[in-house]
Amino acid sequence: MAQSSSAARKSSDKRPNPAKVAVTLHVNGIQRKLAIAPWTTLLDALRLHLDLTGTKKGCDHGQCGACTVLVDGRRIYSCLTLAVMKDGAHVTTIEGLAQGGAMHPLQQAFIEHDALQCGYCTPGQICSAAGLIAEGKAGNADEIRELMSGNICRCGAYPNIVAAIEQVMFGKTLETTGEAKR
Amino acid sequence: MNSFEYTRAVDIVDAVRQVAADPAAKLIAGGTNLVDLMKENVARPSRLIDITRLPLDKVEETSDGGLRIGTLVANSDLAYDPRIEGRYPLLGSAILAGASQQLRNMASTGGNLLQRTRCLYFYDTSTPCNKREPGSGCSAIGGINRMHAILGTSEHCIATHPSDMCVALAALDARVLATGPAGQRSIAFDAFHRLPGDTPQIDTNLRADEIITAIELPPKGFAKNYTYLKIRDRLSYAFALVSVAVGLDIEGDKIKDARLALGGVAHKPWRDREAEAQLSGAPPTRERFVQAAETLLRGARGFGHNDFKIELTRRAILRALGQAARGTPQSQADKRIK
Repeated sequence: MAQSSSAARKSSDKRPNPAKVAVTLHVNGIQRKLAIAPWTTLLDALRLHLDLTGTKKGCDHGQCGACTVLVDGRRIYSCLTLAVMKDGAHVTTIEGLAQGGAMHPLQQAFIEHDALQCGYCTPGQICSAAGLIAEGKAGNADEIRELMSGNICRCGAYPNIVAAIEQVMFGKTLETTGEAKR
Repeated sequence: MNSFEYTRAVDIVDAVRQVAADPAAKLIAGGTNLVDLMKENVARPSRLIDITRLPLDKVEETSDGGLRIGTLVANSDLAYDPRIEGRYPLLGSAILAGASQQLRNMASTGGNLLQRTRCLYFYDTSTPCNKREPGSGCSAIGGINRMHAILGTSEHCIATHPSDMCVALAALDARVLATGPAGQRSIAFDAFHRLPGDTPQIDTNLRADEIITAIELPPKGFAKNYTYLKIRDRLSYAFALVSVAVGLDIEGDKIKDARLALGGVAHKPWRDREAEAQLSGAPPTRERFVQAAETLLRGARGFGHNDFKIELTRRAILRALGQAARGTPQSQADKRIK
């Protein structure tokens, strides 16, 4: 992104090169102080500055959902979020979902339901599902599918992703989820 | 992304002062469209003025029985607000038909109005585009134009406005409150967005030194007979090929008042007062619906790939009017069109 846009910039553009700005983020419960350029996205801050590479860069344009994280408890796309605008915010990434040695119920359910193939979209899917559960607006599989539509899975593991989320939300077992029967 | 300076506005006066002082500066709230356009090198602001810490995130009652929606209310919060769900379900439904939950969590009310077109040529800086570079030409006319407008186009631009929320706001006769150096003014929703004409680079009548502070909804919400029907290439998370917002006020067996707005077919949400007048004062019959659809689509013109949109829009209007008249609005979860 940085290379292509600087190459495309007109040489006549006289642009300021502002000093780095101080940003404090509370990432997975730990306070992290950063000095970053204002155009640093939250995604790049997490991956490049904090070495939290669980959050993935897919399209980098808010079209795939691989970069989904929770900011102050709400799921958002970190690729379209400027880190400087989230100064002081609490960020939860895939690395922060496990409790001690125990996996988050969604992580466990994704394994049990084989809800992935290549796995690249999985951190975003799981963070998105955690946000979905916190919102409390999905009451059935149709609504889960609709409210998870911001996360693309190019391997097509959707039926098992929905089943894994149903298990966590409604306590459905592998045998009783509608998705598993299809 | 190009370099830029970043500042925070401390209040509305400060935001107006900062944006008026630098014509190349941009206000930023949700950033879902602006940050993307900056990555694509389509938007090159010298400075971003962050307004997200201003106290403009409330939904309040107005004295006339309507609602005032602060410009920073997130799209998701607005859709799920009990007052919207109960009194303006057309608006809530349209919001939930758009984008994804992540984007709705980020996107602001005012920012939704200021989205720029998703025309691929506008995004592709290697092609001519009158909206991006006035006078360079329109690549969509004679190019790949399956997603493009069929109404209100000009020889300079056939782009569409991408919002779903705005289609409902147009149908509801919302007003846009804006503050500039001269103070506050209220803009009728229909007068907010512009047709491309020979200045397609100007999307709205908001002045460069103004900030949207709120959207006002009049009391009438058409909560009983409404629908938002969106037709797109996949079932969710895609821009509309065509969308129809309908609000009907039915008394006895007659339509007393009708609102009809189209999305995905023009440079702005498309309304036609004559079509709405044809529906009023008569029973909700198919003959009337057909007549209204014909009126709405007079002057519709395809550009090759998007010719199908004219018939698709006609059918969507008929379906949507039927849904609204029966009181069975389109579900945004179960996508079957009934």
